[in-house]
Amino acid sequence: MSKIVKALKGWEGFLLAVLLIIVFFNASLAPEYLQVNNWINLFQLSIEKIIVALIMTFIIINAEIDLSVASTMGLTASVLAWMNHAGHPFGLALAVALGVGVLSGAFNGFWIAYVGLPSLVVTLATMIMYRGGARVFMEDKSFGSFPDWFNHLGQEALIGPLPIALILFGLFVVIAIIVLQYSGFGRYVYVIGNNRDVARFSGINVRRHKLILFTMSGAIAGLAGILFAARLGAVRGDTATGFELDIITMVLLGGVSIFGGSGSIYGVLLSILIVLNLRNGMSLLNLTGHLQTGVIGALLILSVLLPNLAEWTRKTLQRRKYQKQTSAQIADAG
Amino acid sequence: MNKLMRRFQPEQLREFILLILILLMMVFFSTQIQNYFSPRFFNRVSTSVAIVAVLAVAQTLVVLTANIDLSIGSIVGFTAYFGGQILAHNNDMSPLLIILITIGMGMVMGIINGLLVAYGGVPSIIVTLGTLAIYRSMLVQFSGAQTVLTANLPEWILALPRMNVFSIGKLDFRVMVALALVVVLLFHLILKYTSYGRRLYAIGSNSDAAEMAGIASKRIVFIAFVLSGVLSGLTGFMYLARFGNITVVAGLGLEFAAVGAVVVGGVNIFGGSGTMLGALLGAILVNVLDQSLIRWQAVSEFWRDFLLGFLILLSVAADAVIMNRLKYLWAKKGMSLSQRDNDLPAKEANHV
Repeated sequence: MSKIVKALKGWEGFLLAVLLIIVFFNASLAPEYLQVNNWINLFQLSIEKIIVALIMTFIIINAEIDLSVASTMGLTASVLAWMNHAGHPFGLALAVALGVGVLSGAFNGFWIAYVGLPSLVVTLATMIMYRGGARVFMEDKSFGSFPDWFNHLGQEALIGPLPIALILFGLFVVIAIIVLQYSGFGRYVYVIGNNRDVARFSGINVRRHKLILFTMSGAIAGLAGILFAARLGAVRGDTATGFELDIITMVLLGGVSIFGGSGSIYGVLLSILIVLNLRNGMSLLNLTGHLQTGVIGALLILSVLLPNLAEWTRKTLQRRKYQKQTSAQIADAG
Repeated sequence: MNKLMRRFQPEQLREFILLILILLMMVFFSTQIQNYFSPRFFNRVSTSVAIVAVLAVAQTLVVLTANIDLSIGSIVGFTAYFGGQILAHNNDMSPLLIILITIGMGMVMGIINGLLVAYGGVPSIIVTLGTLAIYRSMLVQFSGAQTVLTANLPEWILALPRMNVFSIGKLDFRVMVALALVVVLLFHLILKYTSYGRRLYAIGSNSDAAEMAGIASKRIVFIAFVLSGVLSGLTGFMYLARFGNITVVAGLGLEFAAVGAVVVGGVNIFGGSGTMLGALLGAILVNVLDQSLIRWQAVSEFWRDFLLGFLILLSVAADAVIMNRLKYLWAKKGMSLSQRDNDLPAKEANHV
């Protein structure tokens, strides 16, 4: 209980307050907003991004970053659509697409963990590379005509009102919480993020952990790409372009430090809700998609800037107090 | 041998290798593409190099301080579009004024980046990923879904990309190329001979040490971002002159071409080393590859992004593995000019 109270006094409490304000604001704009269907729709519109945000949380806590996830999503979706178009069996296409996702992640992981290059540079390069790969498959065309069951799966509810992507997301949330907050692997993710040298000297296999994380990131991004293809029903070379902005914003806004070592899944869940509701609210206000992207960009910067400013203010106030105390002491002594 | 080693440091060797690579690539493509060495091809490549070269200079200034600026593509698009709109509505505006306007717009955007990175303490990748989206969304929002058309632009700006300083036969040496070369040369001199330039290297090598040596690193980094904005604004003007028709997607992805040129050109992405000459060679290599792929029938031109990404990865890996090994060799034999190189072989990768 005291843990929860402590969390509410910090960043999570701030996020919860922001979330409540946005929900209240949206509800006052449109009465249908609070209905279950709207909430499912809300999730469904960005479901692929929020699935990837979960694994991105692991990566950033581990003091790395993966800029290539959106391109991986585009690449797997393109491979799937291209193989389907070329007349290969659909099951095979699904398996190959997922395999491409896993390999893309492992490729990143190899350069980062075993060659020792910074993830920022590697994933920036592969972000361009994987997107280029998607273009090689799709050129400037658009492929669709997936099997009916696949489109149904992406667009319609599976159990009750819930579509399959949302069910998967729920499952992943549970797994992510268990692994990150309650397992040994999760503790190692934090330790490596705090100080990789200390982690290495305490006998943690840092390289293997990083390789596993990036491979998982590729696999999940690949799955998200397939879900995205199912939801849209057609794929182009630029499918999912720019998604990394939303995904990284969700994670950093959730209180995960960009320098690694701190943050939690709970904070990220709150910030996911904030971003989803904010986008919904902006749509209610008739703001265009481009303007929404701009707002998300500002949110990304603010999510790092605000804690910095808070820290700076706290330090300044502390210094002032200390100065006052010492000058008072000097006056007393005098 | 020792004399030779002392004369040629690994960094210079790298530029030499780059030059050979460019030549080899051109020889290869000349066997594949008919009539490859045509004057037209030279003119086209040199004009596109001009645009990327100025951006590469901008990116180099930032990368030297161990930061990165991903927003330059959006700044180019923004300044090209609104410079074009202003010019389309005031046809008799003087050329100097419109250049100053585009540079001014770029400068404001650079100042925003610089303030957030240097004084806000937000990592440059986060800031510029955000402003990449913000500047582009402002462009789309304020444009009202209109396009700048060549028909509305004054004569002089349409003639500018075809204007020559001199030509040898059909080989034209364009004004825009001259402008880019002046920028490269100017910043080469700044990096080499001014205290500001040397401080950029100092901060990139070791920001703590630079701080303790009394360098105002925040201000230096801030100015680097402002200069990056200014040069992107200038590129916006060049982009407008070259293409004439400007839509809201103008300059999309140019930041990757610039990062590619810089990294391929041997500017260390961890900061602290690299030259403007290298960045220029990198820009040439990236553009020659790009333009040759368009004309090469055997391979679809859609491979270009894939190859660009792979090239960036390869250059960084080569930097980390081969260059460090070479420097270690030099340092071991005591041939190194700087003490710093003795700390090698492996510079641990810093995170994010």
